[in-house]
Amino acid sequence: MSAESSTPKKNFLVRILTMNTSNQKSGRSLPLWRQLLLQLLTLAIGFEVMFPILYIITLSLSSKTERPSQLQLIPQEISFIGYQQVLTRPTANPVSFLELLRNSFMLSIGVGLVALLIAVTAAYAFSRFQFKARQILMVLVFIPLLMPAVGLSTPLYLLMNSIHVNDCGNGVTAISPFFDCAANANSSLIFNLRDSLLGVGIAMISGALPFAVWNLKGYLDTIPHELEEAAAIDGADSNQVFFLIVLPLAIPQLAVTFFLGFIGHWQEFALPWLFLTKPENYTLSMTLYNMTGQYASSIPWNRFAAMAVIVALPVAIIYIALQKYITGGLTTGAVKG
Amino acid sequence: MATMTETMGTRKKSNFSKTILPYMYLLPAFIVMGVITFYPLAYQLVVSFTDFQTKDLRMGLASPVLNYIGFKNYIDIFTGGLPVQNFEFMRVLIYNFWWAITNVMVHVPAGVLIAVLLNSEGLWLKKIYRAVFILPVVVPPLVVATIWRNIFDDQYGAMNQLLTVINQFFGSTAVVHLHWMTDYAAPIPWLLPGGPLPPAYYAMMIANFWLGWPFMTVVATGALQSIPRDLYEAADIDGASGVQQFWNITVPLLRPAMIPAAVYGFTLSFNLFAFVFFMSGGGPARSTEILVTFAYDLVRNLRLYGAAAAFSVIIFVVGTIVFLITNRITRATESYSEAK
Repeated sequence: MSAESSTPKKNFLVRILTMNTSNQKSGRSLPLWRQLLLQLLTLAIGFEVMFPILYIITLSLSSKTERPSQLQLIPQEISFIGYQQVLTRPTANPVSFLELLRNSFMLSIGVGLVALLIAVTAAYAFSRFQFKARQILMVLVFIPLLMPAVGLSTPLYLLMNSIHVNDCGNGVTAISPFFDCAANANSSLIFNLRDSLLGVGIAMISGALPFAVWNLKGYLDTIPHELEEAAAIDGADSNQVFFLIVLPLAIPQLAVTFFLGFIGHWQEFALPWLFLTKPENYTLSMTLYNMTGQYASSIPWNRFAAMAVIVALPVAIIYIALQKYITGGLTTGAVKG
Repeated sequence: MATMTETMGTRKKSNFSKTILPYMYLLPAFIVMGVITFYPLAYQLVVSFTDFQTKDLRMGLASPVLNYIGFKNYIDIFTGGLPVQNFEFMRVLIYNFWWAITNVMVHVPAGVLIAVLLNSEGLWLKKIYRAVFILPVVVPPLVVATIWRNIFDDQYGAMNQLLTVINQFFGSTAVVHLHWMTDYAAPIPWLLPGGPLPPAYYAMMIANFWLGWPFMTVVATGALQSIPRDLYEAADIDGASGVQQFWNITVPLLRPAMIPAAVYGFTLSFNLFAFVFFMSGGGPARSTEILVTFAYDLVRNLRLYGAAAAFSVIIFVVGTIVFLITNRITRATESYSEAK
């Protein structure tokens, strides 16, 4: 009662500022002055987020090849010359943009899928079964998470390098290390696993697999047991429970795990850079790395910026397409009480 | 009698398949890891006791010129005996921990606060903010690092240009020329005694902040939505202020979600190879080098394979210790039933 009687006495400005801006009828009110304060904060954060993005997009849309001397966050001109140059001739090597794109996709999708396929049963075993060596095996799987693939690059290099196919002449091919050409034969190397996308992909699975197991196990832990118990009472065996109940429920997290892996593999450059020597096997990330490395000063910034946008684009598109699953999957994995 | 033995038999069989079944599910992963993780690890361990060089690459451990030199590689790493300038193992190790911890200490509170801000009822344009604030997660860190490296360019970078613009607001016409990535002098000398933190460290903290908090916001937002609203309503009735509600309701209920996320962020930052490598390359003078970037440098540029292997083994031991500690905190390896 007292509040009602006092409102008309307040002046106009105060009434506007304390007006409820929350649309919800129930719940708490949000006075205008707080709304404006919050808007100011969120806009500042929005600026922080957009700053580098606007900067790189503006650079990429510039036709000037020299470096910018003044801060520009909104494009003054829209020129696609940087993109055009990157698309027609991405590197000094004889490799087309489409080849780079294809290699990047093959590598990241292949590694992501294979790792997922192998990881899902292991994650299930760790999440649901009680067995003797469980704790030890789990530590064995998870410790490589802290051991990046770079740390294993030398032995992986040697391992992949030891597998190659030789043409021994006379229509005979030999796969070493299992078979070798006769000592006197004039052999020539056809295929070296190390110097191929397949070899790099196998090496990259070494890092992708523990992550996939970790991520999937966290999610499987949050799926209630009751469904499985009900299925077991109905006579389903463990394999049926896994394939018919757990796997369909885990699809969102499978997508998230695949995507998170995809981001990682998409930008992997260290292992490809060590392993691959033929330009036709190069990936987009390797090209971007090349543009920022020791020759960076000779590369026009608009071209570099265009390349950066192009490398970021597929990840952004897939993210937006899968957004619903990803935000949900990321949190449920982490929100295990 | 016959039926008796029959049931005994099936029970025995089902028991047997029950003990063997988990291992069947694990088999594919362990076969693959055996070849491409455990074998290389064991190999690395052997190589770490040798003077493995480029000439041994062709033959591997069968190389006739390979010498076993005992613990020399390890001793060299710890005492600075490697033919590498500006490398002290303990300084790099401490810096690596410092880097990971300070990152998480900034990302988690910022992520939680922004999630709470976005969660305010009736906030205008909430959906747009949610979509925009997630953008840093979408841009691959490789691209992030290369963009930020250019932003911190001392000649043409956007950061110096931004500071110049801000300077103009205060009436100064001076053009800012901070050498972010190349200066060695520590702006805050007392911050990490024994390991000077050059401007590059702060530049990398800023860039990694941009990259890091949105993930924490995503996790915190999910957890916030699972907090029942009537808790806040009850607190309102009891006359608790917004700050009190934050500390007594929001923080305790977010903790179970944020601790695993923080540990995940810690391990990510601890081994943030692509970002550090692209942003600073460990420079200036190896002052922002972390363990993994140094290991890569040992292989890629210095070609000291034996020392690099010893270094990898050390990273592995450090990683194991970190894992065992963080595992105590998050209980990641506990099964569902244990966790309850």
